[in-house]
Amino acid sequence: MAEITLRVNGSEKKVSVPPGTPLLWVLRDTLELTGTKFGCGAGLCGACTVHVDGEAVRSCSIPVSQVAGKSVTTIEGLGANGLHILQAAWIADEVPQCGYCQTGQIMSAAALLAKTPHPTDEQITQAMNGNLCRCGTYERIRKAIHWAAEGAKNARKEIAESGTPRAQRDNGGAR
Amino acid sequence: MSPLSRREFVAAGVAAGAGLVIGFYLPHGASSKKESFSPNAYLRITPDNKVTIVVARSEMGQGVRTALPMILAEELEADWKQIEIEQAGASTLFGDQSTGGSASIHTCWDPMRKAGAAAREMLLTSAALTWGVPRSSCTAEGGRIKHVSGRSASYGELSVKAGTLPIPTDPPLKQAKDYKIVGRRVPRLDSPAKVKGEAVFGIDFRVPGMKFAVLSRCPTMGGKVSSFDDNESKKISGVSYTGKVGDSAVAVVADSVWGAMEGRRVLNVAWDEGPNKDLNTAAVIASLKQGASKKRSSLYSAGDPARVTGRRISAEYQLPFMAHAPMEPGNCTAHYQGSKCEVWAPTQVPQDCRDAVATAVGLDPDQVKVNVTLMGGAFGRRLEHDYAVEAALVSKAINGPVKVIWTREDDMRCSTYRPASLHQLFGVVDGAGYPIGLTHRIIAPSISGQKGQPTPNNVDPDLPDEAGPVYGISNYSTDYVMTETPVPLGWMRSVYALQAAFALESFIDELAVAAGKDPLEYRLHLLAKDQDLQYFTTTWHTARMRGALQLAAERAGWQKPLPAGRYRGVACFGCFATYMAEVVEISMENDQPRVHRVVAAVDCGQVVNPGILEQQIQGGVVFALANALRAKITIEKGRIVQGNFDDYAPLRMEETPLVEVYAVPSGEVPTGVGEPPVPPLAPALCNAIYAATKKRIRSLPILNS
Repeated sequence: MAEITLRVNGSEKKVSVPPGTPLLWVLRDTLELTGTKFGCGAGLCGACTVHVDGEAVRSCSIPVSQVAGKSVTTIEGLGANGLHILQAAWIADEVPQCGYCQTGQIMSAAALLAKTPHPTDEQITQAMNGNLCRCGTYERIRKAIHWAAEGAKNARKEIAESGTPRAQRDNGGAR
Repeated sequence: MSPLSRREFVAAGVAAGAGLVIGFYLPHGASSKKESFSPNAYLRITPDNKVTIVVARSEMGQGVRTALPMILAEELEADWKQIEIEQAGASTLFGDQSTGGSASIHTCWDPMRKAGAAAREMLLTSAALTWGVPRSSCTAEGGRIKHVSGRSASYGELSVKAGTLPIPTDPPLKQAKDYKIVGRRVPRLDSPAKVKGEAVFGIDFRVPGMKFAVLSRCPTMGGKVSSFDDNESKKISGVSYTGKVGDSAVAVVADSVWGAMEGRRVLNVAWDEGPNKDLNTAAVIASLKQGASKKRSSLYSAGDPARVTGRRISAEYQLPFMAHAPMEPGNCTAHYQGSKCEVWAPTQVPQDCRDAVATAVGLDPDQVKVNVTLMGGAFGRRLEHDYAVEAALVSKAINGPVKVIWTREDDMRCSTYRPASLHQLFGVVDGAGYPIGLTHRIIAPSISGQKGQPTPNNVDPDLPDEAGPVYGISNYSTDYVMTETPVPLGWMRSVYALQAAFALESFIDELAVAAGKDPLEYRLHLLAKDQDLQYFTTTWHTARMRGALQLAAERAGWQKPLPAGRYRGVACFGCFATYMAEVVEISMENDQPRVHRVVAAVDCGQVVNPGILEQQIQGGVVFALANALRAKITIEKGRIVQGNFDDYAPLRMEETPLVEVYAVPSGEVPTGVGEPPVPPLAPALCNAIYAATKKRIRSLPILNS
């Protein structure tokens, strides 16, 4: 057993688990953040995607000891003040069917938009290709990411026009 | 469907002051026999103005928790925003609660409408009595009853009196032109929770004090545990129990999933590998080939294809075992407490789970409570109850609540599989190249037969409706040879229709090519005459198949030339009472097909929710494309070879085509769309590959051919 401290969704968490425990199971079993899903246990499907220091990471394949002291964001912490623009886009474009993989999809998409606010189709494919969906929602995901990117652009434009220097924390593309 | 009598349709359960409660019977399957009253869903309107619809079908992504309530809310003239949904658990009060066969919308349409309409009529009467006005001066709208004077009352306010009134036997139903909810793109009710990570799937459900278990299952089919050594397992932090589960598995229980997985990793089990330890794929295929000469049962027969004369053309097609591989691996939570057992199961068959759990732990079915959770996909895998039985047995063994979790490898290797099959097609064509005789011989093991269910006349009971004739060929026969296999079989999205359509619609293409005719024109010629083909429990109308085919072809621009390097294929098929046609557009890259666009047209009668319809058809096409390209389960030394998403790879974004969906406008009773999009995809794709390469693919998956 090891005492490990990590920052999860902005709060400091101390956990006492075997150091080799994958981050996924610490999130799900220890911290009861079950929005992060188990799909393959081998980094092949992306259902367990979270952000570690802003990078999209497969939490099933990273031991918790490697994220000690780091900042972890899960789906539960993505939209700190209501819905993240991607979550809104996912609803608007009717993306989810069974919905199981969608939290991981959204986390991958959020990491993409944070670095590439206006991704091309190719950039979207590259960023999202590691996330599997057996319901086949890929083209809707693509559309929703574009929509969110547009929304982010409009939001920035509004901010510029209204002169309000308000940080858009919920807005993956406008950070 | 015959009109439901009052007794079957509604029975009022009125608790004083509880408001209006209407139960209604939802038959399962078009051939369901009438039963005595057994409600399996309820409409509840309470004085606090809540309208609750209990859905007794399982939500696995197909949208029933939105679409079924829409049907009722339409007739009720409810305010959609006030609708609340409750998921029914398994109950002896309900009819068949199983969710499968693309049947939910089809079989619930009539009773849901009538239940909504009956409640609406009762609320109208309630208002008229309360206000002392003629009933004809009141109307129902937006969750309120309104009087011509402008006075109005909410359904909640009127619910208590409404609950004391007799239930109308034959309430008037709305005309399609007056629909306000049905036919609209009503957003799914489950989307917000799913994008926020708040939706509770089976794997997420928690009971206080619950342990976690993973099982080591015998890797060979039909093998057993000889002995096990748990010394190393017990050294793993948090491991509290190990023990046999049935004859063929050992459970490791811990206070975390990871602890249980680690405990299993070091568990040492000696297996009695059983009778199939030398089984491999080649032997399975050989048994299918041997089956070809065995006694056949007739599924369909018109005229006599053996007696017509003309040019003979034949071909043989072959399909492999496939796995469902839903994103959420198998899991179930159970709490055995001596005289009762409660189960939280992601299941398509809550009642089977209840009965199987009861038998396994030695309780009566009414001592077992099954709660149905959300499911991360199912595709037929959760028509089994193996995971529920495991959870209940482990809970009994440790005398406490436990969640059994399967890993992806467990799910891939200890599953039930779409049956491998062999298809022999024999055609006799006339001078113009059109078939005057056609025989489709299906050689495959029976899913139901393997499970010990009845197979009258040596026919799998699912097969006839899933291998139906599309075309009214005058001498036509479909026959079947039931083979046996030790490979566990299950019902996978579209079941036998995938295999039947691949063989039949590839063969029709071969005939068209042999005749030197355009494959679309060839099919339209075969569908030109309006015919009603009575086939087992379904009547297929060539006119509806033709309509769907024409719509797909038109939207795909079949008559327009394609850019250089692009090729098209087409296929059409009907199953689960729905008609589908698909046009697939490809290019060839490094000898492999790249699918750019799929145009899908459906005739499923009245569309309930076009948004959900589109989702289901797009998803069905993507699922089918993965199946066609590379889904293949193989066997070596009695073991399933594939283990995870690397060697059994679903489609990824980079391979996903644009899928356009069009529905033939129709006022017919709605039919399901979960499975029908699957079967036409593989033949349409292989027909496109033929157009591109002149190479005919007769064996799936394509990337193996």
